Amino acid sequence: MNFSRRSFVKGGVTAFTFGFAAPQVLSDIAFAQGVPSRNLVVVYLSGGNDSLSTVIPYRDPFYITRRPTIAIPAGSVLQIGTDASGVELGLHPQMTGMKSIFDSGRLAIVQRTGYANQSRSHFTGFDIWGTASTTNTSGTGWLGRYLDTLQSPVDPLVGWNTQRETPRPLMARLVGVPAITSPATYAFSSPNTGAEAGYERTAQTRISSHVPVDRPYLAFVNSTTQAALGTLDRVATVAAYRPAITYPNNGFAQALQAVAGAMNKQIGTKVFWVQTGGFDTHASQGTNQGAYFNLMATLSGGLKSFYDDLNAQGMLNNTVVIVYSEFGRRISENGSAGTDHGAAANMMVLGGLVRGGIYGSAPNLNMDPQNPTLENSNGDVKYETDFRSVYAKVLDNWLGASSVSILGADYRTGAPNVL
Amino acid sequence: MLEHILRRMGFGASPAELAAWSAMPIEAVVDRLLNYESLTTDHDSKIGDPNYLGITTATGQPFSPNTLINDARQRWLFRMTHSQRPLEEKMALFWHNHFATAYSKIAGAVGQERATRMMDNDPNSLPGSEPGQIQKLRQLGTGSFATLLWEMAKDPAMVYWLDSLMNTRTRPQENFGREVMELFSMGIGNYTEQDVYAAARVFTGFNWQINGDRASTAGSWYSYRFVPGDHDPTAKTFTFAIYPDGGKTIPARAAAQGEQDALDFVLALVRNPATAQRLATRLYKFFVNETANPDPVVVNLMANTYLSNNYNIKAVLRALFNSAQFRDQASYFQHYSWPAEFVVRSFKEVGWTGFSANNALTPMSNMGQQMYEPPDVNGWELGPGWISTSGMLTRMNFASTLAGNQRFNLARDAQPYRQTPERLLDYALARFRTMGFTTTQTQAMTDYLRSTAWTGSDAQLQQRVPGLTRLIVGAGEYVFN
Repeated sequence: MNFSRRSFVKGGVTAFTFGFAAPQVLSDIAFAQGVPSRNLVVVYLSGGNDSLSTVIPYRDPFYITRRPTIAIPAGSVLQIGTDASGVELGLHPQMTGMKSIFDSGRLAIVQRTGYANQSRSHFTGFDIWGTASTTNTSGTGWLGRYLDTLQSPVDPLVGWNTQRETPRPLMARLVGVPAITSPATYAFSSPNTGAEAGYERTAQTRISSHVPVDRPYLAFVNSTTQAALGTLDRVATVAAYRPAITYPNNGFAQALQAVAGAMNKQIGTKVFWVQTGGFDTHASQGTNQGAYFNLMATLSGGLKSFYDDLNAQGMLNNTVVIVYSEFGRRISENGSAGTDHGAAANMMVLGGLVRGGIYGSAPNLNMDPQNPTLENSNGDVKYETDFRSVYAKVLDNWLGASSVSILGADYRTGAPNVL
Repeated sequence: MLEHILRRMGFGASPAELAAWSAMPIEAVVDRLLNYESLTTDHDSKIGDPNYLGITTATGQPFSPNTLINDARQRWLFRMTHSQRPLEEKMALFWHNHFATAYSKIAGAVGQERATRMMDNDPNSLPGSEPGQIQKLRQLGTGSFATLLWEMAKDPAMVYWLDSLMNTRTRPQENFGREVMELFSMGIGNYTEQDVYAAARVFTGFNWQINGDRASTAGSWYSYRFVPGDHDPTAKTFTFAIYPDGGKTIPARAAAQGEQDALDFVLALVRNPATAQRLATRLYKFFVNETANPDPVVVNLMANTYLSNNYNIKAVLRALFNSAQFRDQASYFQHYSWPAEFVVRSFKEVGWTGFSANNALTPMSNMGQQMYEPPDVNGWELGPGWISTSGMLTRMNFASTLAGNQRFNLARDAQPYRQTPERLLDYALARFRTMGFTTTQTQAMTDYLRSTAWTGSDAQLQQRVPGLTRLIVGAGEYVFN
């Protein structure tokens, strides 16, 4: 048996199972360290990540029997130790970068996060995670509501979205979050040059100042334009950022590089949104080579580069990254060497002040009808920790906000003590 | 009202097109746009004509819209701009978002030529070949929804996209079974997870095959094939009615008759009242008003028209376009233009001669919409989902590029109004119509025109008219059509 010595050395960092009361909060430290310089990076894995292939219960006999073609051999996993329920776990073989962050004590893996009656629909699921509500999924997002609590006038770059579309979690009543897919191309062009172009920019800024209360749809568009025009010059400084290390040449890593650049240039952003896709692996999942294998390489490589870059710049203690997906996937493979939509899955939290380790208890993959860790005729993983308690921990302990008012209810109980 | 009808039932109108349409009474306009089958479709023959939107070919290659996806994108933009059947293209665009299927997954499997054909092949380009998915949407888009849904279930691009060909009796795969209920017909809340399992079994055996010269990637194409040996022949029970008598179980059948299961199921979805409501709501939001809650009177009328006219989409559209709510001024400029709509309307209103469709492709992608590449099977995020800082910047910058490109035509068209900036502004606001600007905004435009002393010279027109065009077309107000 091979488990991490770290889980004893850290004293208090080991996994907590469900049912514990909320441990001592760190909000004192949060304020003392100067909350304004802190930021949150949210990494969303689009499509429903097969969490059982990210953090693998490699000794569970049913892992092999239920996944005959797509299981990862026990000898290949990157062992990270045993959780509080005694299950031995290992990371996907391509997650070497994440493994080293785990070994540094800065990666927290929160097992079996989700919610009751979990939706298996990408779109509903994403909106539930985004609004932090199972009943009203077409309103503002939890991150948007956090941004709405900030004292006005709010800096137009207080949020930074590296995608083209504003995702549900960032939708707010008051704060528009700029979508900056590439700092280099985020610029104003004109059919004319020189002074003429300047006259146009002045006029466009004045024209977009029409933000009518009685026509909120128009107000939203014009305030978005204002936000774009108001942020052009500062975003241009980020385009000039030279990182401490070389990031991989893919969209995900490049987005993280832009985030690091915004931090380095002290833009003042508090919430960054990054996403990467391809996780809807219904067929030919390729956990040992192929699609999923590559997804893990991209994810781990990008996050490790980001971590190392921030570390080299002394910015690691200012950042928390949370990684999540809208659901996990079925335990048994389907007939296409893939997996269909499932329920509970891991969330990950990493950062300079994160208490790393394994939280929660792994699913037992046994087909016994009494198995409390599974649901849906033992087809899916049952949640143990409500995802909103992880949000609550981040909102309260890291951002110094009020999770109860932002999430609309008290989700602090049972939150993993990651911060 | 004419401009509103042309923007909604098509993509807008150039000044010359508007003049031609103005000669017809409104009801004749609506009729001509709706009943387009009698109109010729020779617009493809104009590709390459310098009086029309240009295209750019890959270096050294002939224009290959049936085998190169970039050329297909240009051709679709060309058709949206110049088709004599704008509603046909508009409905193809609507259904493309509804049956959202993405090229890149298919290209990853079969290569770019065959995947491009699967997306939008013109059968005339290769004897015996099938129309591509979007071409089917053009052909079937205003016909019976039963035909449309059935043809989409068997469409080879769809078969691959939602993993139907991996769905077999021994290991059913749920992707298509779920999405055909959730996204293509009834919508969430009208089925259970048990229905998803059963639906997966219904479509077992759906597969594809390659035809033509297999050795040639450009000379072969994929088509639907049913594999009886993969079909689950046992009975399938659902929580909703499958048959008109209320029966909820598809009976066990011999595998060779297995396609009948799928046909029974598709018809059940088509005739389900939840489907009628959902389609009516989506069509209403697309064509009538996107900023206010749908009017239940009109939606119910459309749903009932659908159910009592053999699920005929044109009948539904006729009810929609003849409704008072559609014609009401309150519905003008209440639709967030999709990037495709924004770009094509700009071509029509600003001008297209000498501009290549190719130069719109990257901007459209940055606005959030690349044709044949919806982000996922749910389609694009509509309405405010299009609006982001980089999306707005891209629209403004595209307006800038197009206006700069059309500089001399724009300046020439403005010459009769050159006496004062105010006259020029009035002309521009009439040409590039919007929901209207406030006096503060129009003052900003006049001040822009007077940034330096106004002379109205040709040189000044060539700077300030494109500049003014860019301000209007790049404004938030112009997002709404």
